[in-house]
Amino acid sequence: MVQFNLPSNSKIKKGQYYKDKTGSKNIRKVNVYRWDPSKNENPRIDTYEVDMDNCSSKVLDILNKIKNEIDPSIAYRRSCAHGVCGSCAMNMNGKNGLACTKSHSELDGDIDIYPLPHLKVLKDLIGDLSTLYKQYESVEPWLKTTKINDKENIQTKEDRAKLDGLYECIMCACCSTSCPSYWWNGEKYLGPAVLLQAYRWIIDSRDEDRKERLKKVADELKLYRCHTILNCTNACPKGLNPAKAIAEIKKMLATA
Amino acid sequence: MSSYKIIDHEYDVVVLGAGGSGLRAAVGLSEAGLKTACVSKVFPTRSHTSAAQGGISAALGNMGEDDWRWHMYDTVKGADWLGDQDSIEYLCKEAPAAVLELEKYGVPFSRTEDGKIYQRPFGGMTKNYGNETVQRTCAAADRTGHAILHTLYGQALKHNTEFFIEYFALDLIMKDGACKGLIAWNLNDGTIHRFRSHITIIATGGYGKVYYSATSAHTCTGDGNAMVLRAGLPLQDMEFVQFHPTGIYGHGTLISEGVRGEGGYLVNSKGERFMERYAPKAKDLASRDVVSRSIAVEINEGRGIGKEQDHVHLHIDHLDPKVIEERLPGISEASKLFANVDVTKEPIPVVPTVHYNMGGIPTNYKAEVLTVNGSEKTVPGLMAIGEAACVSVHGANRLGSNSLIDLVVFGRAAAKRAAELIKPGMKHDEIDKSETDRCLERFDKLRNSQGSNPTSELRLSMQKTMQSKCAVFRSEKTLKEGVDEIRKPFESMESLSVKDKSLIFNTDLVETLEFDNLIRQAITTMDSAYHRKESRGAHAREDFPKRDDENYMQHTLSWCNGSKTKINYRPVHRSTLTNDVQYFPPQERVY
Repeated sequence: MVQFNLPSNSKIKKGQYYKDKTGSKNIRKVNVYRWDPSKNENPRIDTYEVDMDNCSSKVLDILNKIKNEIDPSIAYRRSCAHGVCGSCAMNMNGKNGLACTKSHSELDGDIDIYPLPHLKVLKDLIGDLSTLYKQYESVEPWLKTTKINDKENIQTKEDRAKLDGLYECIMCACCSTSCPSYWWNGEKYLGPAVLLQAYRWIIDSRDEDRKERLKKVADELKLYRCHTILNCTNACPKGLNPAKAIAEIKKMLATA
Repeated sequence: MSSYKIIDHEYDVVVLGAGGSGLRAAVGLSEAGLKTACVSKVFPTRSHTSAAQGGISAALGNMGEDDWRWHMYDTVKGADWLGDQDSIEYLCKEAPAAVLELEKYGVPFSRTEDGKIYQRPFGGMTKNYGNETVQRTCAAADRTGHAILHTLYGQALKHNTEFFIEYFALDLIMKDGACKGLIAWNLNDGTIHRFRSHITIIATGGYGKVYYSATSAHTCTGDGNAMVLRAGLPLQDMEFVQFHPTGIYGHGTLISEGVRGEGGYLVNSKGERFMERYAPKAKDLASRDVVSRSIAVEINEGRGIGKEQDHVHLHIDHLDPKVIEERLPGISEASKLFANVDVTKEPIPVVPTVHYNMGGIPTNYKAEVLTVNGSEKTVPGLMAIGEAACVSVHGANRLGSNSLIDLVVFGRAAAKRAAELIKPGMKHDEIDKSETDRCLERFDKLRNSQGSNPTSELRLSMQKTMQSKCAVFRSEKTLKEGVDEIRKPFESMESLSVKDKSLIFNTDLVETLEFDNLIRQAITTMDSAYHRKESRGAHAREDFPKRDDENYMQHTLSWCNGSKTKINYRPVHRSTLTNDVQYFPPQERVY
């Protein structure tokens, strides 16, 4: 049997242990993945004892507390803090989600915080999403219409409703980075986040480019690497269903 | 400063910020054939425009008769007559075309029965010059900002805009009073980038994070405003900070005014719909400053809800769950997540929360930055748009849904003006090395801070001072204390502590640079508030409860050098842009 080993510089070492200094009786251990590109060191797991009596309810509140009160060097993205900007996507106790909407009370035991899986790590919890952004660009996410007049396009309520569950995507990448197929073929397979967006434009009644759009994604690698594993739908912090959107594209192609 | 690797770029125009206004400007600039760079500290769709919920105002008249002049009147009145009426005319007149353009770009607006853009009622938006409620606010459910931001990003991709993402801007490059570009730090690899440009457009948004509790994102630190201050230019009307009436109690998450637009209402601990007392006509849809003050009075007089009697309730549980599901789905989600409330069954606990900065970089309606040197002058090469700018269309108080329209109307105006002012490929001036040195000196000094005060502590101290001394109600006493106290965290920067010395994604240093930006804006806000001895819009002085048009129908201008400020004034524009509408003279403001 072939043995796969991580290269020696990728092995995760045990890092620093930050003991509680507040004297709190309500301590939670938080293990955070750390890697600094400017040091020639392996990634490590630092452990922080966090006083939960003075911490708000979300995982992001824990991270902010660590950064503000214990260790300012810890790096992660965050912005809106209420689940609409998609910055703070990360892996918490083995599941992808948004740190700002994930309640730590829903996580059992010690809390393990890692970057989104299978991304090149830029620093600590910050992953490189540039491939995904390029793929997003490739589906040409803009309305294509030849109509020129100074009135709005008319769209029925029913046609507009077809965009529900699609346009709300915040591009956090929780879905794509939870997909084994995307892990192995991330350069070529578009992945659930981008395919959801592709479908958002395919199904928009105002768009006149449906045929071309379908043709462009109808590719062994871009689309059909989806093997309906459904991790994407399970991971989406906005309750969207990328797997269904992918299935709809496949259905349209099959019945076209 | 030779230790920093500097990379030079030349562009016709540099846009700083990739939210709604920055992206709209970038699209227009690319269309005009100008070589454009868009620099942002976050990926465009992470910008705070994504958090705008309720909608974007425009007198389309899809849901009954409407007229842009009515919209203009409402905006002038909402602004408590501090807005410049030439700019407001431009905003309201251009609004319908700007919204139709967004629809053409692909924004998934909600629809009426006949397939047109759905419009909902919003605070202060009326028919026929204040007579009855109008439905003017165009909505994509309660995720309008998100829908617009993502669509504009798509348009920017369509036009091949060049993005510099996760670049943190440090300073403007100035020469003889003109702007020649900017310097930014690339977080991805730690290099310093010098962008030379004929026009620099600042679209960096608001600075809500000077307060402890705000609906603003962590990234709302007004970086562009601070760059303008450091360039020796003034900011305008900084005392006008909007408190949104309905932030979720304890967390600050925004609950859209659209909730009240769809029929939601506020109650106090006695179960009274108290807004009927404060605004007999508009009730819960009075403008935001009025509703926020009313809530504050209810709480101050002991009619707040909860153990601490420090909030009120917002009800939508009487609405048809189907309406909530179709038009307010995001609100239901946020209420569940941050207040553990099922909105179909229980009220949402809410409290006035810092939300928007009417003040910012002074501009005219063409987005050109203004300063005062004897009289009003434009600053060559510099423009500002969006929340960073003070055009001033929002005056002393912005109406809900007027911010999104501000982004696209003035984003477009900036691109148009830039295309008039410059031609593609013009030659760039030589710039002196001293600008770069001065910028990197500050950067290097902050990076190598070895003192004992962590940025987070100074920031907290600033936020608490702003929260307690520059709140919904202000007085000579609180503001005087504030003016002194707010300088303490600035002075404590002398012994600042920055632990991380690296250059790649050094978020310790990013937060420190952001704090350095915030504290200057906090100081100008506090000082501007102290000097305005009247009550107008969002600036409510307990010791000067009346509006004083004789002395204060003027924009405050504040310069800031270190912790020293200089306050001056410039008169509000008292004329319209064209003869399509008459100037609205000041009236008593009742809702």
